[in-house]
Formats: sequence, C-alpha cells, structure tokens
Amino acid sequence: MQTEKDNKQAEFDFQAKIDKGDKIEPKDWMPERYRNQLVRMMSQHAHSEIVGMLPEGNWITRAPSLRRKAILLAKVQDEAGHGMYLYSAAETLGVDRTEMLKQLHTGKAKYSSIFNYPTLTWADIGAIGWLVDGAAIMNQTALAKGSYGPYSRAMVRICKEESFHNRQGYEIMCSLSFGTSEQKQMAQDAFNRWWWPAIMMLGPSDDNSPNSDELMRWKVKMESSDSIRRRFIDRTVPQAEFIGLTVPDPHMKFNKETGHYEHGPINWEEFFNVIKGNGPCNKERVKARNEADKNGRWVREAAEAYAEKHKKN
Amino acid sequence: MENQTALFQYCLRLADSNLILSHRLSEWCGHGPILEEDIALINIALDFIGHGTALLQYAALVEGKGRSEDDLAYMRNEREYRNALLVEQPNGDYAKTIARQFLFDTFQYHFYQALQNSKDETLAALAAKALKEITYHLRHSSQWVLRMGDGTDESHSRIQTAFDDLWMFTGDLFDMDTTDETLLKQGIAVDLAPVKEKWQTQVSEVLQQATLKIPDQTFMQGGSRDGRHTEHLGYLLAEMQYLPRTYPGAKW
Amino acid sequence: MKETQWPLWEIFIQANPGIPHKHVGSLHAPDAEMALQNARDVYTRRKEGISIWAVESKNIVASAPEDVGSFFDPANDKVYRHPTFYKVPEGVKYL
Ligand SMILES: [Fe+2]
Ligand SMILES: [Fe+2]
Ligand SMILES: [Fe+2]
Repeated sequence: MQTEKDNKQAEFDFQAKIDKGDKIEPKDWMPERYRNQLVRMMSQHAHSEIVGMLPEGNWITRAPSLRRKAILLAKVQDEAGHGMYLYSAAETLGVDRTEMLKQLHTGKAKYSSIFNYPTLTWADIGAIGWLVDGAAIMNQTALAKGSYGPYSRAMVRICKEESFHNRQGYEIMCSLSFGTSEQKQMAQDAFNRWWWPAIMMLGPSDDNSPNSDELMRWKVKMESSDSIRRRFIDRTVPQAEFIGLTVPDPHMKFNKETGHYEHGPINWEEFFNVIKGNGPCNKERVKARNEADKNGRWVREAAEAYAEKHKKN
Repeated sequence: MENQTALFQYCLRLADSNLILSHRLSEWCGHGPILEEDIALINIALDFIGHGTALLQYAALVEGKGRSEDDLAYMRNEREYRNALLVEQPNGDYAKTIARQFLFDTFQYHFYQALQNSKDETLAALAAKALKEITYHLRHSSQWVLRMGDGTDESHSRIQTAFDDLWMFTGDLFDMDTTDETLLKQGIAVDLAPVKEKWQTQVSEVLQQATLKIPDQTFMQGGSRDGRHTEHLGYLLAEMQYLPRTYPGAKW
Repeated sequence: MKETQWPLWEIFIQANPGIPHKHVGSLHAPDAEMALQNARDVYTRRKEGISIWAVESKNIVASAPEDVGSFFDPANDKVYRHPTFYKVPEGVKYL
C-alpha cells in the first residue's frame, strides 16, 4: 500500500530527476496532475495539427503553380504526421486515440484557436506558413526540451520537419510582395488578418495562467508565453519590413534601451471568444473532422473484419 | 502525323493523367478515413504531381515554343487536356477512390514496364524512375481492394458498386490513335494491346481474390485521345486554374 | 455502437545498412501488411530508412522502472567486460 510518506518520497525523487535534466518515461512514477496535464497538452497539440490541415488544405486544389502545389501538399502532409506523432506520444500514457478523437468530435477538446480563422486568399497560405508555423516553431523548440520523454522526442522530430514550413510561407509572401500591385495588396491583407491571431496563439499573458509555476517546475512548460511572444515579434517585424509589409499595429515600436519591440494592446476578448467556439470557422472545422470520421468508419471496419478473417496461426 | 507533334501529344497524355489524378487525391487531404490513410494518399498524390510535372517539362521542351510546365498545366482548356477519362471521375466514397486508383495503378504498372524500353531516352528514364513509385501505389490500392471486397457486407457492396460504375471508363485507357501509330513505328510508344491483356489478367485475379465480380458491362466510353471528356473535368480545371487565369502574368 | 480502433504497432526504422533498428514511434493498423505500409508512409517520408520493423505494441514486454536496481546495477562493477579495463604494453598494436 502506498502511504502518504511513500508518495512524498516519490514526488521528491520525481522532481529531483527532472531537475537533473533526466526524462520521465511512460512507466515511471509520476504525479497524477503531471500525467493529466501532459495528456491534455499532447492531445490538444495533436488536435491542432489535424484541424490545422483544413484551412491550408483548402488551397491545395487552387495552388497557383505546380511547384507551390507540391510544396503545400507536402507541408499539410507533415501536419498530419505531426498529429500522428503526438497522438502516439499521448497514447504512451494509456489514452486511446479513439478516446481523444471523441473529445475533439464532441467539442470537448480544445485545439489552437488560430485554425478557426478562414483562409480567404492564396496569400493566407503564405501568412500561415510564415506567421503561424513561425510562432509554433518557437513554442515547439522550447517544448522539445520538456521533461516527458515521448513528448520531447516527438517534438524534436517535428521541429526538424517544421523548418521548411516557415520558409515556404515567407517565400510565398516575398513573391507576392515583390509581384504585381494586386498581389502586394493580397499579401498585406493576409498579413493584417493573421498578425493578431498569430500573436495570440502563443497563449494568454502569464499573469492569466494560474498553474504556470508548477508546469514550469515540472518542465511541462519551458518558457513563459510572454517571453516566446516577445521573441516571435522581435524576429518577425524585421522580416515584414524587409518585404515592405506594414505591421497592423499602430503602437508597434522598437525600444532601443531594451532591444525589443513593444506592441499595442492585445484583444484578449476576441481570443477567448474564439476559444469558446465563436470564431468564424469553429463549427465548420469540427464538422469536417466529424464527417471524415463518420465516412471513414466503414473503411476502418472493413480492414478490421478482413484482418480477423485472415489471421495467421 | 509529324513526329514532334505526336511526341508532344503523347507526353501530354501521360502528364495529364498524372496531374488530374493527383488533383483528385489531394481533395482527400484532411478528410481521409483515418490519419494513416490521409498520409498514404498524400504520398501518392505527391508522386503523381512530381511525375506529371517532369512529363510536362519534357512536353514543353518537345514543343519548343517557350511554354513552361505551368503554362501547359494552367492555360490549356478542357478540350486540350488529354488525361484518361477514368482519372477525372470524382472521388465519391473511399471505395470509388480506391477502385479508380487500383484500375489506373494496374494500367500504369504494365504500361510503364513497357515504356522503360522506349527508344526515347527521356521517356524511358522517367518510366524507370516512376515504376518504383507505381509498384508501391499498386500494392497500396490492391491491398485495399482485398480488404473492402473481403471485409464487411457494406464494404463489399460499396467497392462492387464502385467497380461497376467505373468500368465503362477503362476502355479509354487502351484506345490507340495516329499518335500511337506514328510513335510505335519508331519504338517510342507502347503497344497497348499486350498491356490490356496483362491489365485484364491482373484485375481479374485481384477482384476474384477479393470475392468481387468483374463487371459484365462491355460498352466502353472513349474520347480522351482527342479531348472529349466527361463533365467533371471542366469543374476541376476551373478550380485548379483560377489563380493564374485571374492574374495573367503574375508570378507566384 | 462500439468504436473501432485498429491495434497499435511500434515502429522501428533502420536508417542505414549496418546500424541497428531504432524505435521511432507508433501507429494504428489493422494487420501486419498495413502496419508496414503505414510505417513507410508516416516514418520514412524523408528517406529516413532502408528497413522497417513493425511489432504489435501488446507483444512488447518491457522491464519495469522498479527493476532498474536488480536488473542493471549488477553490471556496474563488472568493468572487466569493457576493453579499456585491460592494460596492454605500450606499442603493441591490433589489440
Ligand atoms: Fe506541425
Ligand atoms: Fe507546420
Ligand atoms: Fe505544431
């Protein structure tokens, strides 16, 4: 029987291991809250990758050149792969993918709010790769150093694959910005629409996340949202300027003393509204995933039935 | 028929089928029956678009009018497209997608086996490279035909219906015209008669193993050789070509 | 209605000839053939491998973390298993 004292000791050993920089593996002892947090984070992250396929998938059939079409296909495929790696990582903690998907389909599970915005023009594909993948990479590079072995290994793999996503997005924005005046307008318009959601997708200010301290101590969260956001802005603003795009934030200015950019107020009300389900595409996205699942059911059952009939031994 | 025109037409024919089928497969992206299958389908779509692009580049070179592969893909109209009728058929349910894929993969497999020996070195090299990919495509689609045919009652009836519906478009794969005749004389084109025999044998074998019936319909649609398509192609091209046509001259 | 869930498989990839297969992750597949195909599609998209092993997860037996002491500590003091344990006169080659 586990006594209170045993538990204390186990928790102490657990923390010591993390402090030393060792990874926690699936069968290791871990606090319940740690396990739950990780399942929640990994499945949310996995859902984000899968739902994220939809807004970009929108444009595969309309990509304006064969090269762009192949790149976009490969990129969206990577996202499907990322979803798989992450579901796999979550499954090491004993939750089934079916169970996680059910949560997504019934609207109980969350995913990154950014994918509830629509992709209206081709420039949105550029903006997503540049801004959304750009922000995601910063977050994921941090998570790759996290304490849970399977999650961190999945992140390492994902980060390696992500590097082209960001570049292809910026490349699209370059072509448009240096193209015809209509193309340039298209680029600026997409930038205007995606900038704030990208800023927000890194998560609310740290003063607003109550269990931040514990998560940092457990190395579940590796860096504060605000600090990742600052780095993202510092890197992205010059990239925008380089291709002649204007950041849609009249307050944005460079502070010479701190060496950082300072942004205007963030509309968190919009952020929480979208999370609550009131974004322009929440319903569509969840519906699309539900339909794929429903229409795929007979296919999965067929393969299962066939395997059963043809079992060797 | 002039040799160059014939070769150009021949390249378009091969390229267009790859391009259009890639387009159809990519429509599944994000909507597949299970994540693993989404990824598999996109791999296949990527192979098709890669091979189609290479063929269009070669077509452009053969034509010698300074058109690029993108010009050929995005600026030709319905009647100028030369893809097989089979590949433009809509995805339908997953059974229809798999049946279409299997029928075409089997064709491509035997066709490219022969094309490897073409006297046209570029085509022969492209065929040899593509054959590795096609071998895998065929394995994937055959395995699914087996699973659906010999899976549940529902899957059996769905895939049988899919084969029944698509069957009339398979004859078009083997139609030969003056383009073929011109190039056959030079050992460039593939004689489709033996390809058809091999195709029939293999399709029957797999369908039989999958407990499915070979559709008994014998009337075949034709027309892709001179750009007479089904209604579906127009919509597909409208979607695919809209950006370059809306903004002529723009670079992307 | 019962939800279908294909079994879970663990995937091991050999990156190059001569080196061991390495665990890369898992996936769902209805049977062995599909497990191999899915592994190829998911885990070797960037030429990561030349050989794949797929093992149904339920068939893997793993040691428990509690066994660490009794399983692995005894090897700690058997330094004689490592070549650097042995002193060899200087200048002797090919040992
Ligand atoms: Fe991703
Ligand atoms: Fe990405
Ligand atoms: Fe991500």
